[in-house]
Amino acid sequence: MNGKSEVTEYYSGLFTGNIEKITGGSSEVINSFRSKAFERFSELGIPGKKDEAYKYTNLDLFFKHDYKTYFIPGEEDFRKAEDFRCDVADLDTHGIVLMNGFYPTINGKLRDLPGGVVIGSLNAASYKFPSLVEKHYGKYAASETDGLIHLNTAMACDGVFIHVPRGSVLRKPVQVVNLVDSQEDTFSQHRNLIIVEEGAEFTLIICDHTLAPSRFLTNAVTEVFVGKNARFNIIRVQNEHNNACKVTHTFIHQEADSYASSNNITLHGGMVRNSTCHYLGGERAECNSYGLFLSDKWQHTDNYVYVNHAFPNCTSNQLFKGVLDEMATGAFNGRIFVARDAQGTMAYQKNNNILLTDDAKMDSRPQLEIYADDVKCSHGATVGQLDENALFYMQSRGIGKREARLLLMFAFAHEVIQNIKVDALRERLDGLVMQRLKGELSRCASCMVKCG
Amino acid sequence: MLSIKNLKAAINGKTILKGISLEVRPGEIHAIMGPNGSGKSTLAAILAGRDFVSVTEGTVMFSGRNLLDMSPEERSREGIFLGFQYPIEIPGVSMVNFMKTAVNEHRKHRGQDPLSASDFLKLMREKKELVEIDSALANRSVNEGFSGGEKKKNEIFQMAMLEPRLAILDETDSGLDIDALRIVANGVNKLKKPDNSTIVITHYQRLLDYIVPDVVHVLYDGRIVRSSGKELALELEEKGYDWIKKEVENQE
Repeated sequence: MNGKSEVTEYYSGLFTGNIEKITGGSSEVINSFRSKAFERFSELGIPGKKDEAYKYTNLDLFFKHDYKTYFIPGEEDFRKAEDFRCDVADLDTHGIVLMNGFYPTINGKLRDLPGGVVIGSLNAASYKFPSLVEKHYGKYAASETDGLIHLNTAMACDGVFIHVPRGSVLRKPVQVVNLVDSQEDTFSQHRNLIIVEEGAEFTLIICDHTLAPSRFLTNAVTEVFVGKNARFNIIRVQNEHNNACKVTHTFIHQEADSYASSNNITLHGGMVRNSTCHYLGGERAECNSYGLFLSDKWQHTDNYVYVNHAFPNCTSNQLFKGVLDEMATGAFNGRIFVARDAQGTMAYQKNNNILLTDDAKMDSRPQLEIYADDVKCSHGATVGQLDENALFYMQSRGIGKREARLLLMFAFAHEVIQNIKVDALRERLDGLVMQRLKGELSRCASCMVKCG
Repeated sequence: MLSIKNLKAAINGKTILKGISLEVRPGEIHAIMGPNGSGKSTLAAILAGRDFVSVTEGTVMFSGRNLLDMSPEERSREGIFLGFQYPIEIPGVSMVNFMKTAVNEHRKHRGQDPLSASDFLKLMREKKELVEIDSALANRSVNEGFSGGEKKKNEIFQMAMLEPRLAILDETDSGLDIDALRIVANGVNKLKKPDNSTIVITHYQRLLDYIVPDVVHVLYDGRIVRSSGKELALELEEKGYDWIKKEVENQE
């Protein structure tokens, strides 16, 4: 038996051994996807080095481990979630806290917001709005190659549901705080479904935190539907400890004339892999995909981006950056696919990385697959050090070397941060990035974990 | 103020400076001229503290301290300013942030508190007017997308902000049209005080129509082969460098 099937076996066992718990609390809609997904997972398994999309990320480091997994949380699990307060000053949002992937039970499971917007538990929504959930659930999170997506579909029991109905504009963002907390090493999988209908506007902030020093593994899938003429922004801030592994898969399906942006800011985390798939499924749709990570020690960060230009006259833009210190490693895979009929496509990609030491390592791989002929496409990847001439120039004006390096790194990172349109969050992130670059731990005050 | 004695230096093992001695006293303006490849920029690089040049012999003292022992930032804080021949673009770092950090590092060095945001902006405004730099430039990233002339004006603006005791202007006139040249030269003249000194490194005489030197040195093949009053510059303009080269070769 080789290593891959052994680890796949373990997760298969989690499913077969807990099938009643998994299906017992879930609605028919969600259960209807499970057996097919499990079959696909069994075929594909946990991705290994042979999988192109995971070539530079050794998931075994975290997946080969015995975790506690639970499918029906108790009330006590949510007490901390209820107590959790985001400490970002002036950040005015509608808040949701998920604990180990579940929506807290103590208060109502679904909330009505202005404009007919509903936010809350996916599980609850699948009972209350079965046809709406059925219309979108499992429709965008598709993969022929990635077993983890199917593992999530097979096993996920809850997560966030957001419905922004036609023409509704929610001024305040919704903020989802994902907490993982347990005295035992824990594996959790949640599933989010975001529906932004025609002409609606919506911003989602997702913050990932760890609350205990145990080992954590998360495999999360988020499906987003962005209707005609709708606007959607997702900002993900990851701040987990070095013993935590976060694997996220975000699928954003866009209709004609819509706009979507995604911004993944990884401040801290043992192993992080974010995959963001943009499907431009209607003419003149536009998407911007941004990412920034700051890593040190043995941290590993992998950003996978896939932009699918399925229709003509769409525009996409990718900007991903990384600053790697000490022995940190990272990977970037940026795939642009332009279908045969997708004339008038404009697709841009940029990946820049700074290695602060000789031991840090970054693999950057642009992949362009273009079948149309009227296309404007560009890509560029750099892996380098800080510009010595710029450092000297600043020193020659009296700025110390350390300060000069900070200014340069901050400027480098800010090119990504500046795209965040939520002012309070952007300012806070600028501050956190500066702290992180100074080597001060940039955890939020609520984090109890000292993982330095 | 600046005392260079028998300075020899090499880049990648190749000797560039072959024994330079130079005394600059407070208030003096010195011009260093010379043909391409004579060692002018190497001299400027040593004074600024670039590490690709290795000093093999000789001393450089600045106000009684060994300059060669000081880091580039220390030199700046002690009052040396280098105007770059090719100013560096720093995308993402705003001029305001850059200058504020620099000015406050200088203040810290002198034991002063940092300037408040409003005092700093006021200072910037004054200095911008003094050197006739376009207001919008200060809101952009350092030198990013600046034209050649704008970059050189920006050097003079930074000099105005930092008020050095010794300014070394390395080919500040290269690539400037006559209007930009006049603005740059006017800036330097306005910043002139009785006790600060300037070294103007230039290939051409024309800058010296505006900035009048006390002494002109001719650098050739790593040595100062002639030092004289400002009339030497005019002579060079008229006759070129060939006669000096011949003189030197005849002596050898």
